[in-house]
Amino acid sequence: MRYLPLTQPDRQAMLGVIGANTIDDLFVDVPEEARLNGPIKGLPMHASEMAVERHFSNLARKNMAASHHPFFLGAGAYKHHVPASVDHLIQRGEFLTAYTPYQPEIAQGTLQMLFEFQTQVARLYGCDVANASMYDGSTACWEAISMAGRVTKRSKAILSSGLHPHYVSVAKTMAKYTGDTLDTALPDLGGSDTARLLAAIDRDTSAVVVQYPDILGRIEDLSAIAAKAHEHGALLVAVVTEPVALGAIKSPGEMGADIVVGEGQALGVGLQFGGPYVGLFACKEKFVRQMPGRLCGETVDVEGKRGFVLTLSTREQHIRREKATSNICTNSGLCALAFSIHMTLLGEKGLRQLAAINHANAVDAAERLSRIPGVSLVNETFFNEFTLTLPKEARPVVRALAEK
Amino acid sequence: MSAINQSGWRPEMGSAQSEKPQTFTGNRALMLEEALIFEIGSSDTCGVDFTTAHPELDEGQGFNKLSLSGGKLSGLERRRPIGLPGLSEPETVRHYTRLSRQNYAIDLGFFPLGSCTMKHNPRLNEKVARMAGFGDVHPLQPVETVQGALSVINELAWWLITLTGMHGVAMTPKAGAHGELCGVLAIKAALEARGEKRTVFLVPESAHGTNPATAAFAGFSVENIPATPEGRVDLTALKARLGPDVAGVMITNPNTCGLFESEMTAISDAVHAAGGYVYCDGANFNAIVGKVRPGDLGVDAMHINVHKTFSTPHGGGGPGAGPVVLSEALSPYGPIPYVARMADGSMKLVEEAEAVTDHPENFGRMVAFHGQMGMFTRALAYIMSHGADGLKQVSEDAVLNANYLLRSLEDVLDAPFAGSGPCMHEALFSDDGMAEGFSTLDIAKGLIDEGYHPMTVYFPLVVHGAMLVEPTETESKAALDQFIGAFRSVAERAKAGDPSLKSAPHHAPRRRLDETLAARKPVLVWKEPDLAVAAE
Ligand SMILES: Cc1ncc(COP(=O)(O)O)c(C=O)c1O
Repeated sequence: MRYLPLTQPDRQAMLGVIGANTIDDLFVDVPEEARLNGPIKGLPMHASEMAVERHFSNLARKNMAASHHPFFLGAGAYKHHVPASVDHLIQRGEFLTAYTPYQPEIAQGTLQMLFEFQTQVARLYGCDVANASMYDGSTACWEAISMAGRVTKRSKAILSSGLHPHYVSVAKTMAKYTGDTLDTALPDLGGSDTARLLAAIDRDTSAVVVQYPDILGRIEDLSAIAAKAHEHGALLVAVVTEPVALGAIKSPGEMGADIVVGEGQALGVGLQFGGPYVGLFACKEKFVRQMPGRLCGETVDVEGKRGFVLTLSTREQHIRREKATSNICTNSGLCALAFSIHMTLLGEKGLRQLAAINHANAVDAAERLSRIPGVSLVNETFFNEFTLTLPKEARPVVRALAEK
Repeated sequence: MSAINQSGWRPEMGSAQSEKPQTFTGNRALMLEEALIFEIGSSDTCGVDFTTAHPELDEGQGFNKLSLSGGKLSGLERRRPIGLPGLSEPETVRHYTRLSRQNYAIDLGFFPLGSCTMKHNPRLNEKVARMAGFGDVHPLQPVETVQGALSVINELAWWLITLTGMHGVAMTPKAGAHGELCGVLAIKAALEARGEKRTVFLVPESAHGTNPATAAFAGFSVENIPATPEGRVDLTALKARLGPDVAGVMITNPNTCGLFESEMTAISDAVHAAGGYVYCDGANFNAIVGKVRPGDLGVDAMHINVHKTFSTPHGGGGPGAGPVVLSEALSPYGPIPYVARMADGSMKLVEEAEAVTDHPENFGRMVAFHGQMGMFTRALAYIMSHGADGLKQVSEDAVLNANYLLRSLEDVLDAPFAGSGPCMHEALFSDDGMAEGFSTLDIAKGLIDEGYHPMTVYFPLVVHGAMLVEPTETESKAALDQFIGAFRSVAERAKAGDPSLKSAPHHAPRRRLDETLAARKPVLVWKEPDLAVAAE
């Protein structure tokens, strides 16, 4: 077995040192009736690298890869070109095969990268601080609702009808068990539901949760919702599924959002059939002690040199256990690195240019598609994603297009 | 970005004098200091060239003036600077390459971080995960266009069910802690279906922090179960606490002291008899995979950290994946979406709509899409490479290596449970016997100077100054022998009270860092130096 360095003589010698006759002497604590003798029946035996690779090549061929075709799917996962250097750099063994930076003296690479990532995310979102990543946008969204509950000591959140339906489902799953109340509505082609949100905010509201741009691609100013929420002691949570949009439009933070969360997949990470992705999580500085997840902070070593460590960990499960702000442990570190490298390659200028190209292409496409008889454009506003209504059921049309 | 220092960056040299001559740059040959991107980048530099059919958006001024066409942005154009520095491609490659060199990693050396399972990460796994048919597929594509991807999920699911002897598996959880949440929610749903409202989870003192945090996150209260002097769950105390308010227990097996819970079947029977469910934290499944099936021990739900047992890389903190195997009693409540194999061999996705008939009692959705596909390909490649015979060898070698370490070090270090019989995949030591003022931390920092990543320290909490050493099966005997020598030497220095150990590490990219300062005055993002001063 190519991954196992011990030789048979090694094993014998080591058993001798331990004082055991056979390997099974080391498994004596397993109840007799649960001990298997011999490999589990019905399973294949070991395979060569070539055989395994062939198996995967055959399966991979059965899938339609986004880059092999013109590709228009969105709704929370986006195909953008990722520069080759991103994937090369995240495969450096020192990043790829490191653990969470528990020993900061020998993990400054990961820690400095996280500090840079946190700063990039905070600036993109228009917030004071950001954490070192969550699993994905949908879990970051629930964590934000949950955090708003801790900050306000209230348990009723109002979710915009423009929030990704899968994010709503994730929140509903959790709320069912935590006892939180969620005020939800189905997406409405007729227009956004800002009026509904404004009307629903009251003294029991912990958070208003709005996606920006929303699931249908529409863009709306969040300032009025922020103002009304704040008047009632509630927080505004903004959710961004397409980070590239923030190269063109104002950040939610600039419009008063207290917590901004989202999906970072569009930059650096790739589609990967839905995961791993990277949840981004940022907020105002005054809420930092209620944040979930890991935080990297600047400090100095005993010689006075700048260095970075994981910090404020008294919020976290390994210290606070059942009183922690979240149960998250492993996060999405390597995807955060990919996001951060892609952001560094783009820089301010590149992100704005990428956003402008995305928007211009979408404007062209929307214009040409809505000229087709029977097809109409739902959106008055959009960034790079918009909604059309068709004269017939959409699903068969999508299938037929995929066939081409 | 005005504050960017365009003339080059000279790192802080530090105030304290070291005996070695200082250099102008602060670099020491191959040990290279690296500035932050905010200090070396600029908002006008871009390392990407674009293809566009819009000449006004090509390299030039147009896009900078926000000539965003069509008035479709609600008048919300972002006009103020964002503050994002850019680097050209060569500068980017150098920045991250330099950063990477300040990290320890399993590719560099022995990384015996107990409970975390730092085993070799095969490169075949990386290759298959990057095949366009897996890496470049959108989660909402029509199912006919993703049959191969769904097959990977389904094949991995089959292996996991078979290896654990369980009834079903939920593939979507994103990591171990998320898997715990999945299991606990399935238990909650099952209790609700029975019309019962049980509110308490029992968790051993030695449990990982995610266990109590998860139970609390899902709305349960948590009570501790004590450990016996042998380091196992106290069955008598557990039985005494069981009752109609107890939803279940969360047991780690093998446990965090590195021991097999030999009374697991009795624990499961007692919990079931009292109407509760058994959650098993499967973080340590790597010690028994192919040797023992948790399904034979009465477990109702168990997460598998594929980033531990099945070798997917930890990536400096993630991502992982945490599929949860479920018993027959809990399977009906597992989350959506999931993959189902049809009679004709094709794969189907059961989403909200299909679940109404196919899986009506599901507890809902946990994540936006289908879980960690990129980890599934890697884990399946690892599992297929080993096969049933290789996986059995994996756990045998992992346990052999750990016992070899335990018996080779127990004369110099206190091993509180060495008398409880063989350990499983990790060996646990305490700081008992160190000189006055010396602790586990000093030993850890001393090992850094010796070129090792230290073991897990101060976990589990049931042992004073715990040192949890997990070698894994991918270490050779020679590597273990060298580590034993180094560990022995450092332990002897701690016993003798060698002052140079108190100030270790001496040879790492940084000396001991001031964690108190970091927490007292948190600096979590970079600020332009003038702004940072103004804010004080
Ligand atoms: C015993 C144990 N349980 C649970 C976890 C949590 O798993 P994860 O980090 O994948 O969320 C870990 C690992 O960190 C662990 O060691």
